[in-house]
Amino acid sequence: MRKRSQRLWLIGAAAVLVTGAVALAVVGLQGAVAFFQSPSDIAAKGPSAFTQALRVGGLIEVGSQKHEEGGKLLTFTITDGKHTVPVQFEGIPPDMVVEGKGVVAEGKFNSSGVLVADRVLAKHDENYMPKEAYDALKRASDSEGESTYKEPTT
Amino acid sequence: MIAELGHLLAFLALAAAIGQSALGLTTGGEAPRRLAFACGIFSVLAMLTLIISFVQLDFSVALVAENSHTLKPLIYRIAGAWGNHEGSMLLWCMVMAGYGAAASVFMRAGPLRDKALGVQGLLTTGFFAYLLFASSPFTRLIDPPFDGGGMNPLLQDPAVALHPPALYLGYVGMSFVFSLAASGLINGQIDQEWARRTRPWALFAWSSLTVGIALGAIWAYYELGWGGWWFWDPVENASFMPWLVSAALIHSLIVTEKRGGMASWTVFLSVLTFILALLGTFLVRSGVMTSVHAFATDPTRGLVLLFGLSIAGGAALALFAWRAPTLKAGPEFDPVSREGALVLNNLFLAVAAALVLVGTVTPMILQWLGESGIISREAASISIGEPYFQLTLAPMIAMLLLFMPFAQAAPWRKAELGPLMKWLMPAAAVAVVAAIVALAMGGWGIWLGFGVLVGVWVVVGVGMDVVRRVGPGGFGRVLRLPLTVWGMAIAHIGMGLFVIGATVETATRTEQTFPLRPGEVAEMAGWTFQFQNLEEVEGPNYSALRANILVTHDGRTEVIQPETRTFQVARTSTTEVAIRKTLGGDVYVALGDQVREDPSAWRIRIAYHPLIDWVFGGAGLIAVGGFLSLVARVRRRSAAPAPETEATVESPPAPASVPA
Repeated sequence: MRKRSQRLWLIGAAAVLVTGAVALAVVGLQGAVAFFQSPSDIAAKGPSAFTQALRVGGLIEVGSQKHEEGGKLLTFTITDGKHTVPVQFEGIPPDMVVEGKGVVAEGKFNSSGVLVADRVLAKHDENYMPKEAYDALKRASDSEGESTYKEPTT
Repeated sequence: MIAELGHLLAFLALAAAIGQSALGLTTGGEAPRRLAFACGIFSVLAMLTLIISFVQLDFSVALVAENSHTLKPLIYRIAGAWGNHEGSMLLWCMVMAGYGAAASVFMRAGPLRDKALGVQGLLTTGFFAYLLFASSPFTRLIDPPFDGGGMNPLLQDPAVALHPPALYLGYVGMSFVFSLAASGLINGQIDQEWARRTRPWALFAWSSLTVGIALGAIWAYYELGWGGWWFWDPVENASFMPWLVSAALIHSLIVTEKRGGMASWTVFLSVLTFILALLGTFLVRSGVMTSVHAFATDPTRGLVLLFGLSIAGGAALALFAWRAPTLKAGPEFDPVSREGALVLNNLFLAVAAALVLVGTVTPMILQWLGESGIISREAASISIGEPYFQLTLAPMIAMLLLFMPFAQAAPWRKAELGPLMKWLMPAAAVAVVAAIVALAMGGWGIWLGFGVLVGVWVVVGVGMDVVRRVGPGGFGRVLRLPLTVWGMAIAHIGMGLFVIGATVETATRTEQTFPLRPGEVAEMAGWTFQFQNLEEVEGPNYSALRANILVTHDGRTEVIQPETRTFQVARTSTTEVAIRKTLGGDVYVALGDQVREDPSAWRIRIAYHPLIDWVFGGAGLIAVGGFLSLVARVRRRSAAPAPETEATVESPPAPASVPA
């Protein structure tokens, strides 16, 4: 095989592959991305406006954790100091998911406006809060009036 | 005293590194070699002093006071030395200097060693300067506390104690591969000899990186709440990208070594791997992203790292751009040949790394755009998780595996595709049958069928290739098969097993939460679980609630004991799952909390993870294969056989001439 055709073949193979990869990436980025929303964002539009998977961040409201269906489900509400979002999760959450601490829940809303989370995230450090939770609180407190929330020491 | 000694040793190491880089890049010879060795010794001693401070619980050292505690068991006091930002940076510096010292011992004198030690000295200087002036682990407290703050209890675990050292051997090992590439570029000598001498270092670093990532995955698997063994967390991706690129590198090095081809591409991969390793460190340390790993975050440190990353990466790319055009192109080859297959391997791996990069940095870039007000806040805050990576990476990995048996069996320069395909028909048949069986058993998911198909194809195809290489002549010849063949075959079979395990586990794992009162029974997947009772247990620095659960399966019973541990000092608790291993997978039981509305019942999580050992075992085999290839190379070098025998070893008869 001559040198030139060898190079052409290489470039051709790379071009096909890169085109395919770009197509995959575009499809993947369109369909498989979860947007982050704060409780105030959701309150503004109503939960039914969100059909895709999303992430909600904030604090777990103190006194909101409950077990339902005899203990199969964990429910709690996420607050940003202004608005709240009810969440239900089937399973045992990470150890740092504690009332009054920062949390990020990922999932979809059901018909009654409860976020059915398939993943609940917390940090493994007691001083640290998920950035998205922190941002949600900060945004809510920046937007209007007083917030009950104080900045964490990160 | 001991902390001051450590501080002094770190400064001595810095001085040695400066001398090593200056002399290595100019005069060369014995002086930089001795300095590199000294630098390694100083660094090891400095690390040792820090470990001693941790073992002796010297709370006048700020780092010990923050991260240790009198109640902590000895092994975790030692591991605590690198379980924090400053200590892990010292470990990084030590490994970096250690590679220089190893090179000073194992490499032959000559310009390649001189310049490589010089470049490695520059990098070591940079990191020691960062350590000493931006994050010193030896800072004293004027008013030492009576007891320490304690380490994060989640890190009190054997796998995670060894995870950073193994990972750093890999990450930092890429720095020495980079130094060798830079040295070759400076000397204008990127040839077969260069590839032959670089490959062992790349193999060692890559295999260590494999071990480090696998240890992290194992820990994430049994540490509840970390989303299973792989989470597509940005930090996991940060270690996965250099892994993919260095996997491409160790394959392209073969072409450069054996055929003298792909020289500039190989050098480019060496540079890229190192840049990605630095990028990974930057992502972990700077806190630029939301990650389950983002510990000890500090924006200024991130900026310093980003600055260093830009300088090192920019200089490396500039050197490459300047010197690469002088590199000679290799001999010609046919698209259907071992070279052609290895080119494809490199394309798939490089594109896979690029796809991971896109998925990892897109959220960060959008977030930055949102914060700068360029795009709306709603569009700026996204997360990219498993669906994206599954969709984009699965086809790449599948194609990579599809070509693997061809690559192993194809001869150099030119191969015949027809006979090769015919010869591999049995592997294809077995793979199709296995995929259908898997689909029938595990539900009709496209990923499951795909994964099992390519995984079995690789395992059988590679096995057939080994049988072909043994040739007729029976078992005696199996042992005489060269170690390089074993290394390659074991790594490739490991890859196949890993893909089978990963897809089966992801597609068919089941989990459920059961609220149980003492005496009650839960059933899942043919197993019964009787919650007998709870007991309180005292550990060295925690108190635990332990559940006794009687597991019954096929008439056999066994008691397993999941725990929740409460660490008084850190005021946190951890969940210790109980795992019952079986041939087909793991039964995984975690003790949750009391049901609030019914305090006599406890929430117990039961999961079944099929073929999970294939995931970790496959990764382990990949690493073993890498290390075996390394040993083969080192042994061959010391034995120094005649070139003719090597040629016969490396070119087994093509399957076209040995059908069936």
